[in-house]
Amino acid sequence: MHLTPADIAALGEIVGHYPHKRAACIDALKYMQARHGYVSDQSLEAIAVLLDMSPAELDEVATFYNLIFRKPVGEKVIYLCDSVTCWMLGRDKIARKIQDLIGIRQGETSTDGRYTLLPIVCLGHCDHAPAMMIDDRLFGDVEPGQLPGILEPPD
Amino acid sequence: MMTLERPLTKNIKPNTPPMGLHAYQAAGGYEAVRQTLGRVAPADLVEMVIQSGLGGRGGGGFSAGRKWQLMPDPKADPGPRYLVINADEMEPGTFKDRLLLEGDPHQMIEGIILSAYAIQADISYIFVRGEYGTAITRLESAIGAARDAGLLGRNILGSSYDLEIHVHGGAGRYICGEETALLNSLEGRRAVPRAKPPFPQISGLWGRPTVVNNVETICNIPHIVLRGVDWYKSLGLDGESGTKIYGVSGRVKSPGTFELPMGTTLNDLIEHAGGMREGYQLRAVLPGGASTAFLLDDQLDIPLSFAGVAKAGSRLGTGTAIILDDRTCPVGMLHNLQHFFAQESCGWCAPCRDGLPWVERILAKIESGQGEMSDLALLDDIAGTLGPGRTFCALAPGAMASLVSGLTYFRAEFEQHIHTKSCGWT
Ligand SMILES: Cc1cc2nc3c(=O)[nH]c(=O)nc-3n(C[C@H](O)[C@H](O)[C@H](O)COP(=O)(O)O)c2cc1C
Ligand code: SF4
Ligand code: FES
Repeated sequence: MHLTPADIAALGEIVGHYPHKRAACIDALKYMQARHGYVSDQSLEAIAVLLDMSPAELDEVATFYNLIFRKPVGEKVIYLCDSVTCWMLGRDKIARKIQDLIGIRQGETSTDGRYTLLPIVCLGHCDHAPAMMIDDRLFGDVEPGQLPGILEPPD
Repeated sequence: MMTLERPLTKNIKPNTPPMGLHAYQAAGGYEAVRQTLGRVAPADLVEMVIQSGLGGRGGGGFSAGRKWQLMPDPKADPGPRYLVINADEMEPGTFKDRLLLEGDPHQMIEGIILSAYAIQADISYIFVRGEYGTAITRLESAIGAARDAGLLGRNILGSSYDLEIHVHGGAGRYICGEETALLNSLEGRRAVPRAKPPFPQISGLWGRPTVVNNVETICNIPHIVLRGVDWYKSLGLDGESGTKIYGVSGRVKSPGTFELPMGTTLNDLIEHAGGMREGYQLRAVLPGGASTAFLLDDQLDIPLSFAGVAKAGSRLGTGTAIILDDRTCPVGMLHNLQHFFAQESCGWCAPCRDGLPWVERILAKIESGQGEMSDLALLDDIAGTLGPGRTFCALAPGAMASLVSGLTYFRAEFEQHIHTKSCGWT
């Protein structure tokens, strides 16, 4: 995989914020992930070259973080908070309802490739527990009955 | 009764976009910057912040001004200097910095300009957890507006002081909130803590002098500068200064954030949150996030100041209280907390890397009715090996705070799980 001139320009702008290129590596990984859904080996190598890192070094960084995917995920990623307040206020019921509706448990991707369900640590939305995010949209005070509307919003 | 002053949240209205540059300035914003840059000596500003008694709001309460004072003199050590804002906020049960970042990004920027000027930093990075997309967008747009107005960049307001601010989005790992792991993460390295000393002020980002401060800490600075030390001190109770953004989550009627005098009692805070929901009783409280020890329902009259909570055997931490009610299984809650810490251990030192998952497995076993009495003694033992000073950073001791207090306070529930071989809670 090649980086397009537009990619290189966008990443170059971020690299310019730092005295050393590798500091832009999380942004670069997230950039590739936003474009391709996940960070493939080819994406990883392309970024490593751009940032003067070895692919192994970059992979060590990539695999450390919860929000970087080294394997393909569904078109939409559902992040369901599994931290303490959401647990107290019924996040397990939400997980079960999601399983009823789209047939996936945490860590799984639906067979049609549309959804991946992942647990996530406290989203800082505990006053609206249980909380979840779908891609970058935040939902709070979620009740099982609202899930069909949240997962399949009418366009 | 006195009307409460809410300097940190006065511009914030629920479900409303934050003030833009003009509205912020019309409300007195950036006045502190105008009065300070090029007019007040940086060392005098540091002294003012020391005198104000402002303690770090990231959880430790260490004097912000004294932390700044440890920066070397730029003449003795010329070269880049950094101010890093810790906006990682991943402590379970904590949602106060989100409010400040999303609700009033210009206040954050104004605080950064003043603080960076005080320590004579030329670049500031705001390390924001990746999930806070709205905060990142709002900060970036506010930074753009401030730069266009000459409040950032070269020769700010003709003062010959230069400052750039960059937003650095994280990628999700609790350990990045630990200030030296944060520096490694920012540099693009594996986010494990660094040995201290040297402290970041001496050797921080890329080996250069660096101060790391919490979002809320820095948001206090413009108000201290504008209204003065005496006013700031008078805001607090129980001998501590300023206001605090407290929070309450759990089964209270109105969970949320509340800016109140530092040192407000736990009782008052819970009253602000509307008290318990119908049908639920308060059982215990984690006063400041998942890394603090439980307080019981007979300790609600304690002041939520750093010293007050410490005296009661816990820590103020982030000041966002998590309420355990009488219909939630305390063993289940502890299992949930330890699952978090086991997952988020960075793996750098063996006691934490191996000990936390072990604790989690034992709690899972007890919760599911497979536990034995000897497991309780084992948990006590492991907790001893993960206490303060036994591990490389404070993550593991933080994890043990709720466990150790919970093993004492909820002994009956632990034994009940073991004797009845089940969890009686639904
Ligand atoms: C595991 C761990 C996580 C932490 N997370 C945060 C955090 O998210 N935000 C924060 O401000 N401080 C956090 N801290 C505390 C920081 O290390 C540091 O003390 C703080 O940012 C200093 O800022 P202050 O002096 O303004 O309080 C954490 C500490 C540890 C050990
Ligand atoms: S105590 Fe845990 S989180 Fe801290 S350095 Fe050791 S392994 Fe990492
Ligand atoms: S515990 Fe779920 S958002 Fe904080």
